[in-house]
Amino acid sequence: MGGGFTDAAQTALALLWNFDASLGRVVALSLYVSGAACAIASVVGMALGALLAVARFPGRRVVVAVLNSLLALPSVVVGLVVYLLLSRAGPLGSLGILFTPTAMIVAQTLLVLPVVAALTRQLIADAWHGNGEQLRSMGARHVTAAGLLLLHERLALVTVLLTAFGRAISEVGAVMIVGGNIDGVTRVMTTTIALETSKGDLPLALGLGLVLLGVVGLLNALIAIVQRQRGAHDEARVAAGAGA
Amino acid sequence: MSALIALEDASVRFGAHTALTGVNFLLGAGERVMLVGANGSGKTTLLRLLHGQLPHSGQRHTRTDAKGREPTQAMVFQRPFLMRLSVWHNLLIALWLAGVPKTERATRAQSALERVGLARERDRPARVLSGGQQQRLALARAWAVTPEVLLLDEPTASLDPGAKREVEALIESFAHADGVAIVMSTHNLGQAKRLGTRVVYLDAGQVRVDLPTAMFFCHSLPEPAAQFVKGENPWAA
Repeated sequence: MGGGFTDAAQTALALLWNFDASLGRVVALSLYVSGAACAIASVVGMALGALLAVARFPGRRVVVAVLNSLLALPSVVVGLVVYLLLSRAGPLGSLGILFTPTAMIVAQTLLVLPVVAALTRQLIADAWHGNGEQLRSMGARHVTAAGLLLLHERLALVTVLLTAFGRAISEVGAVMIVGGNIDGVTRVMTTTIALETSKGDLPLALGLGLVLLGVVGLLNALIAIVQRQRGAHDEARVAAGAGA
Repeated sequence: MSALIALEDASVRFGAHTALTGVNFLLGAGERVMLVGANGSGKTTLLRLLHGQLPHSGQRHTRTDAKGREPTQAMVFQRPFLMRLSVWHNLLIALWLAGVPKTERATRAQSALERVGLARERDRPARVLSGGQQQRLALARAWAVTPEVLLLDEPTASLDPGAKREVEALIESFAHADGVAIVMSTHNLGQAKRLGTRVVYLDAGQVRVDLPTAMFFCHSLPEPAAQFVKGENPWAA
């Protein structure tokens, strides 16, 4: 088994070395679908999360509990729901977007929306708890305060966004169901890995696994840089406070 | 009615806990009222109530102008909330929130910075300023909206002596030069003596003593207040 793994790894590296056009298309589509899904989910999710953090209305706790539960939503379930909505007999079947990248974007948007909204809500709720009174004192109403706190917490929100992107690009269930893994049309990294593995072409599967790992690794590096900047920011603050 | 803000038999409850009971309080123009009392005596709650930020029983009246507007108020907190933005943008946002027209904001922000001696820090991130500078920025933010009433919640409590003096001097100049009415809570009786025209002593959510500063520090006070003054200021005993 160990020898098989080494062979596969060598083939995988060779594959990466001779990065061909079809592999490039697969990687590019993955980045496009997950990037677009995260862009949409971040606009909607951050607004939703921030408003949920500062607004007070009956049933808010229930909404928050549901939102937090949705964090654990399995991607195949999202895929299935979107499939049923977009299939010919479904309520949105007339759009005719099933088995297209658009359908994949829809599915991944729904998948990461709760992630963005729940993490944003937590972040903004903490900021609101500590500083809401001062914002109100200066004349900020709920919606304005939510916007200002989003601006205030923008560095932490980058981490939220990167977390959501990591979740989107590494999932396979939703894109497989609504995209159909059509070669050259809806084939992304994770669905290719699943397909090649089931066909027994382990080197290609592993090679793609490494590319995926590389993309996610790059993301983690970005998160680390952002957090280091924040850390440096706070350190400077502490030092300035101590020196005062 | 001549009082800027008046409280009549006002009480504040937080759940089962009563934070203020039956408070009667008048704030006249140009007054500088110092709130003193132990931790938990209700100083901050009284400030928040005057600021109109708390649900309460009893009455809270404010003097309104011809257009029915309340006196402009600003509140400075013990630990000011500054956004992760430059000093300049923190000021502009405060002016925007206060409804100051866009054309006036830059001029007002600039003179506020000069007023508190932070003109050179204009483009620095607000949150890397020292504690004293942050509090001066908070005062600039308050002063920029030209308040008639300035509420201060232990504004010098977490500052070192040098920064404390700077902030105190600014508060004094706001009161004298701009005629702003001030209500300020403090644990520092020397500060109350220096800055106040009137001292209010709170104990267990009730106003026990409300006297002009000179009388507060000279007259024989009712027992808990006398003990408080002694305890807080042992060298005066």
